Amino acid sequence: MFQQGFAVTATLEVRDLQTHFFTRAGVVKAVDGVSFTVERGKVLGLVGESGSGKSVTGFSIIGLVDAPGRVVGGSIWFQGKDLARLSEEEMRSLRGNRIAMIFQDPMMTLNPVLRVDTQMIETVQAHEQVDRETARQRARDALGMVGIPSPDERLMSYPHQFSGGMRQRVAIAIALLHRPDLIVADEPTTALDVTIQGQILAEVQKLAATTGTSLIWITHDLSVVAGLADDIAVMYAGRIVEDGPVSQVLDAPLHPYTVGLIGSVPSRNKRGEPLRQIPGMTPSLLKLPAGCAFRSRCERADEACLEHPALFGLREGQRARCFHPHLEEVPA
Amino acid sequence: MTVYLLRRLFQSLLVLVAMSLIVFVGVYAVGDPVEILISPDADQAERARAIVALGLDKPLWQQYLVFVQNALRGDLGRSFVYNEPALQLILQKMPATMELALGATVFAILVGLPLGLYAGLHPDSGGAKAIMAGSILGFSLPTFWVGLMLIMVFAVQLGWLPSTGRGDTLWGWSFLTPNGLSHLVLPSINLALFKISLVIRLTRSGVRETMLMDYVKFARAKGLSRNRVTYVHVFKNILIPVVTVVGLELGSTIAFSVVTESVFAWPGMGKLIIDSINVLDRPVIVAYLMIIVLMFIVINLVVDIMYSVLDPRVRLEGQG
Repeated sequence: MFQQGFAVTATLEVRDLQTHFFTRAGVVKAVDGVSFTVERGKVLGLVGESGSGKSVTGFSIIGLVDAPGRVVGGSIWFQGKDLARLSEEEMRSLRGNRIAMIFQDPMMTLNPVLRVDTQMIETVQAHEQVDRETARQRARDALGMVGIPSPDERLMSYPHQFSGGMRQRVAIAIALLHRPDLIVADEPTTALDVTIQGQILAEVQKLAATTGTSLIWITHDLSVVAGLADDIAVMYAGRIVEDGPVSQVLDAPLHPYTVGLIGSVPSRNKRGEPLRQIPGMTPSLLKLPAGCAFRSRCERADEACLEHPALFGLREGQRARCFHPHLEEVPA
Repeated sequence: MTVYLLRRLFQSLLVLVAMSLIVFVGVYAVGDPVEILISPDADQAERARAIVALGLDKPLWQQYLVFVQNALRGDLGRSFVYNEPALQLILQKMPATMELALGATVFAILVGLPLGLYAGLHPDSGGAKAIMAGSILGFSLPTFWVGLMLIMVFAVQLGWLPSTGRGDTLWGWSFLTPNGLSHLVLPSINLALFKISLVIRLTRSGVRETMLMDYVKFARAKGLSRNRVTYVHVFKNILIPVVTVVGLELGSTIAFSVVTESVFAWPGMGKLIIDSINVLDRPVIVAYLMIIVLMFIVINLVVDIMYSVLDPRVRLEGQG
């Protein structure tokens, strides 16, 4: 089932993705009409607060949305296939193979009762018919690639014998075992020290550049995105409110929410002044207000915002879902 | 570790002393064994002689001191009824109870683990709900009644399995002969019922908890098959609590096999203790309870140590 009209270079094309959770309290539209493209070898930063739907977007791509959640609409085009319509077995053969995922908390991602070699070898053997020794070889190479010293010894260790940063490296090594075309990274450095974070980011950037792997980097940390991503998509209440090239969006944000997010980064504030913040909190997805979801926290909101804004292409490559964008600020 | 062990041993000793005191006074309060043991038509002289022979002429505190003195030498007294050392009497009956308890444990694991796993993996299915309802029955139905029902159905009406005794034994064990094994089945199931329910509930809650862990999701994200995720990643994690509880329960299974042994006329320690209580055979009662307490202490200690071996993150220092 091929669809015409896609750029051939795109690794992933998400179109109007809708992932809803059918809870007792009502339908939670965690992801409500999200579209984006990730080019080959590029890094997309998916940014937003907790509960904005960025992680659910990631899990939707890899097909791991658990009940009561379900992908109810849209398409996820990957290598000519719509992932939203694949069978469980077809999806399994892609997972960890062509699409890999790295999780947020490295202390929780590795099984505490299985040795590292078991957890790596099983990943190799899940997708390729190779004997244990070859698989072990591959595991050892992958550990070496992510900068783990004496990988032979480390293979025999249990996860609790590793530090957090080392565990995340192991998780990344597992993700790299099959040289995937796409890695979905769900806040993989949030739980780490800032120095370890820097090392891991540099490592990942290098790997992506050398292997041509595309990355979706899910985070709430704009400074990470600034250094790593090529493109950025800002999510709010299950929708993308602004997207574009990372330098453009961060230097001249259009959506008031993006402006607020950037303003909330402490280092951006002047010394001695009270830190800036976005007032209020993300609205409950169970009862979103009509019109723009950011309306209640936005200083620019007026009657026009009672309508639901579309994503307007306001500058070259940069779009924002706002009737009152910050167009007056010119990119520096 | 050594400090921990020493402290545990000292605590165990205190428990043993307290235990023996309570039983001694308790049995004394319940009744006078002389009334039961000595035939009613014995004359005064015979009575007096028997009382002296049993050591029952001394005041209670002296009797206790004599008991402690002997116990320190490994002698827990002679049975009033059988006129044999109480300890030996109990140890003779021990294999019967042991194999019954182990049989029950095997049943509990073989039946409880798969059912619990199913109930945990498909919590909303009808089968899972039936299993959980069944486990409530397992907890709440009285053991003696279930035992009687088992006998009625499988021994009397269907005639598949024998209902009393141990059958043929080899070196004192029933399970080594086909006939003995068939005798072992019904009482084992009866004794296992409570434990099956326990294992089902433990396994189910363990599975449901583990399924939500990140490492299970990560295992799926690696593209592992559902079976591999369930039987390796989930199963290994739930095994630790299940092994712990089944281990700890072994003691209570042995101790509470009394009812099952009575219903199935299984000649084990449980039946011995019930008979001994009926005739107030104090040395046997005391010796039995001492052995049971000792067994609990040892099992708890072994499980604690095993836990620290299984999970290197557990340290046994300090607390205890």
